[in-house]
Amino acid sequence: MPIEIEIPILSADKREWKRPAEDIEKDHTHELLFELEAQGELVVQRVPEPYSEVDTKYGRKKKIPLQHTWHHKSCGQCGHIPGYSTSIFWLHRQLGLEYNDPKDQTSCTAWNYYASATSNAAAQAAVAVRNFAAAYESGYFPLIHCGTSFGHYKETRHELLHHADLRKQVREIMAKLGKQLVLPEEIVHYSEWVHVIRDRAAQKRVYDCSKITATVHPACHYHKLVAEDAIYDREIYGGQRSAIVTSTLQALGVNVADYSTWFDCCGFGFRHILVQRDFTRSFATMRKIEVMKNEANPDVTITHDTGCVTTLDKSQFAAKAHDRNVGVPVMSEAQFVALAMGAHPYRVVQLHWHTTEYGALLEKMGIDWKTRWEEFQGDLEAIKSGKKEFLTWEDADAK
Amino acid sequence: MEQTRYTVRNKYSDVPYEVKEQLFREVKSDLRFTDYLYGCYECGICVAACPSARFYDFSPRRIAQAVAREDVELIYEQMNDDVWECSQCFSCNRCPRQNSPGGIITVLREVAVKHGLRSAKEALGAYGRVIYKIMSTGTQVSPDMLQPDAFPDWGPQVLDVSKNLDTWRKAIPPETLHTTETAWEIDDKTIIELYLIWHMTGVMNMIEKVDEGLYTILMDVMEEKLEEAGYSM
Ligand code: SF4
Ligand code: SF4
Repeated sequence: MPIEIEIPILSADKREWKRPAEDIEKDHTHELLFELEAQGELVVQRVPEPYSEVDTKYGRKKKIPLQHTWHHKSCGQCGHIPGYSTSIFWLHRQLGLEYNDPKDQTSCTAWNYYASATSNAAAQAAVAVRNFAAAYESGYFPLIHCGTSFGHYKETRHELLHHADLRKQVREIMAKLGKQLVLPEEIVHYSEWVHVIRDRAAQKRVYDCSKITATVHPACHYHKLVAEDAIYDREIYGGQRSAIVTSTLQALGVNVADYSTWFDCCGFGFRHILVQRDFTRSFATMRKIEVMKNEANPDVTITHDTGCVTTLDKSQFAAKAHDRNVGVPVMSEAQFVALAMGAHPYRVVQLHWHTTEYGALLEKMGIDWKTRWEEFQGDLEAIKSGKKEFLTWEDADAK
Repeated sequence: MEQTRYTVRNKYSDVPYEVKEQLFREVKSDLRFTDYLYGCYECGICVAACPSARFYDFSPRRIAQAVAREDVELIYEQMNDDVWECSQCFSCNRCPRQNSPGGIITVLREVAVKHGLRSAKEALGAYGRVIYKIMSTGTQVSPDMLQPDAFPDWGPQVLDVSKNLDTWRKAIPPETLHTTETAWEIDDKTIIELYLIWHMTGVMNMIEKVDEGLYTILMDVMEEKLEEAGYSM
């Protein structure tokens, strides 16, 4: 039985957590980027206006575009949890923000890079730059859906900026493909865009979220890989950990509950989730879900990356069979925001691709999911009988 | 000057020292290496943050130490026995020396693959179909990979997906997601560009070293598309 004690926090709230200016200047990424552009070594695609400026870990201001974005999709989101990508697009449509969903985009291939090592620095840089060049040619600015693509592209950017030989090699490969060595001015994750539009989204909220308690799992490749580029906010966790996702949930009025293993990874492991899942299952349930259950008993856990949603959601089935203390629905913040704004739980949020039980959560939010499921069954019948070829955005938006 | 050898046991004594040394030389010459290692305090902060260290007899500290000491024998042993346990989460990037033990492991794995080490072959044994998917289609996973025999521990929901796959995919509003064999629709020109990248950066040679069967299948698929597009191999 835990004993409750009161620990006086000595004037912590009066302390100013400011980074010394010289630390901010330590990040030379952008200086170098523009220097190399001036020398004709590469092309920089500028963040389109209007953009928002947000604080990163050591105080650099990062530009986040509002619209006119080229959606760099995620393998695991599109393939296995398609309501994730659909919700990101749906949010743009609801807020009247323009976007491009391209067919000339490949995976960043970083899942394979981290899982199997059947690649190398040059191949990874060429894949990244090919995608960036495709975005540049379209005139739209890349918005990266996957946390791993986001982290890996920043590693790749670092390598390209610091190694002239690699730049030369990639330039030659791009020339053969009829492309240039392009890097975007900022590498932007979709959750940073959600962070920026969170108040607008909250204004369009149609369901009350104040009774919902959520835990947040920040994605490793978002805040640990090239950590200095992650978004921080002094109002959230005192600026002591990334504000991402928590900021959005708080804007919607959700009660965000803390838990002691928030820093731990989800257990995805890249190769483990596919071929060594005993590790993934154990880690996801014993170090994350059970700890959340015991310490916060959340209605839902929210994260912002492909592997984390998959791992935390799918791993609970086997643990439940072993009577472990699991049973927390899992989704991305894009899906949760969409639900709160009235998105259809199946046509848009596509919750039937998730494994954990989400019915109680939706009921607590006031969403009649049973009626919505019947409506969706009607859509499926129409598709099966040939009356309808596909579900369209018009169908998805129908109230 | 005579080199100091630290290893107290030599598990792979059948492999000549020169071979191991050559592999380490390749690790050290990788352009990422200097960014991933600045020496090691032996503080263990990386271990405290490491998920794999909790469930396996695995330690990023041991790896950073061996590499920083240039303990060629131990590095070879780790390349064979340890590196595939890492989750590549990069929690260890909080190292006070600014090391990236996870990044060192990425490079160690690549050298193991490039030389077709037994450990790499074993680690990738069940993984071939995923490499095939990403290299031939440009997306890492696809909806049709959600099959109950591949994911029995994910419960009956996977069966629902596989039974209803075609209809469910058509019931997703974005038109790029109506696919079953790839995660989204990618045009042919883009796939050709990806194949050219694999060839021009030596990735195909790595695959050949580690899985000849997979290499042959991939080459067949690529050759056909590349020839159609006017490229000769
Ligand atoms: S990247 Fe590997 S070594 Fe580093 S913390 Fe993650 S699992 Fe451990
Ligand atoms: S955290 Fe860094 S310095 Fe400390 S043991 Fe790990 S690699 Fe060495």
